[in-house]
Amino acid sequence: MLKRDDALKALIPHVSDNDIVVAVYQSCFDWLALNPRDLNYVAVGAMGQASSHALGLALTHPDRRVFVLDGDGSLLMNLGTLVTIANAGVTNLYHFVGANRVYEVNGSHPLPGAESIDFAAMAKAAGYAGARSFSDQNLLEEELPDMLAAPGPQMFVLEIVAGDAYPRDYDYIHSAGARDTFRKALNQR
Amino acid sequence: MMVVASQESQNRPKVAHPSGARIIQLIKDANIREIVAVPDIVTSDGLLWPISRDPAFRLTRVCKEDEGVSICGAMSYNGTRAVLMMQQTGLMDSLNAIRAIGVDYELPIVMFVGLQGKEPAIHPDQSSAYGVRIIRPVLDAMQLSHSLIEEPGDESHIPKKIEQAYAMSRPHIFLIGRSPEVQ
Repeated sequence: MLKRDDALKALIPHVSDNDIVVAVYQSCFDWLALNPRDLNYVAVGAMGQASSHALGLALTHPDRRVFVLDGDGSLLMNLGTLVTIANAGVTNLYHFVGANRVYEVNGSHPLPGAESIDFAAMAKAAGYAGARSFSDQNLLEEELPDMLAAPGPQMFVLEIVAGDAYPRDYDYIHSAGARDTFRKALNQR
Repeated sequence: MMVVASQESQNRPKVAHPSGARIIQLIKDANIREIVAVPDIVTSDGLLWPISRDPAFRLTRVCKEDEGVSICGAMSYNGTRAVLMMQQTGLMDSLNAIRAIGVDYELPIVMFVGLQGKEPAIHPDQSSAYGVRIIRPVLDAMQLSHSLIEEPGDESHIPKKIEQAYAMSRPHIFLIGRSPEVQ
């Protein structure tokens, strides 16, 4: 299994200044601590909606890559998003799913079907250009460059356990300041 | 049975329907080029089918309405204007997303919502259909801006409301009470 913060650290060198990162729940808190940047989009609002926000950004910013740091419980709340994204024809969307198989910030209760869900198979069946599961850090680091160089949508299922503890700053992610920072960075060119 | 249906049809009050072509033109006039939609029978023939064939628009078909709330909200960050089309059942299903993304996050989500099941000659608040009758009170309780398009001419306020939504960065919901005619 991957440690979540190690998996996120592996992604950092591949995220350019021009890229947008949409992140949710503990992946968001980890990412904000590991790679604070103005083009982090944290105002997702309702559980499950990260990839839909990402699609809106990918459609209106074809010159940027959009990374989604989603959760497995979140994705299950909005599974139709896989079909919508694949059908929309965006090639700049890269969908990371932190698969810890529990609702971590809501008491760590297990997901329905926690033992058996195959998120990569779901993404492929929905029409994603590529999808793969990772539970080995070295393999993830080896495969990331090629998958990120390939046209999207691509899904990376990260079979994770919690890593180091990072603070959960809910006030920040829901703040007008966080949205304004993102908006200014997006439109400064 | 066919005779009964025919008599019912004859007894139904004659009402005029708004022009779909006019509504679409006003949407264009408001600089909307992005349409996000779940099909709705009230707006299907007069709005969504013509929009789907109009190269001036990019239509993104979504599986569920709350996806559309997020897509339109995210698009607005660089000033891109979008319209989300759906039925009132989808509106009810999306209220948490509208609450969070439209109201808490203060984003301009503009929605066109067909009132499926509403009697054409009756105001939605007086509809015999519970799912229709509650719509405006629910929107009022959420302090969401909304307006009604039923008769020809009602559509004339569309550009102003869209401008307001984007100027104030707040949602607005157009309730479509009668099926727009194609022309």
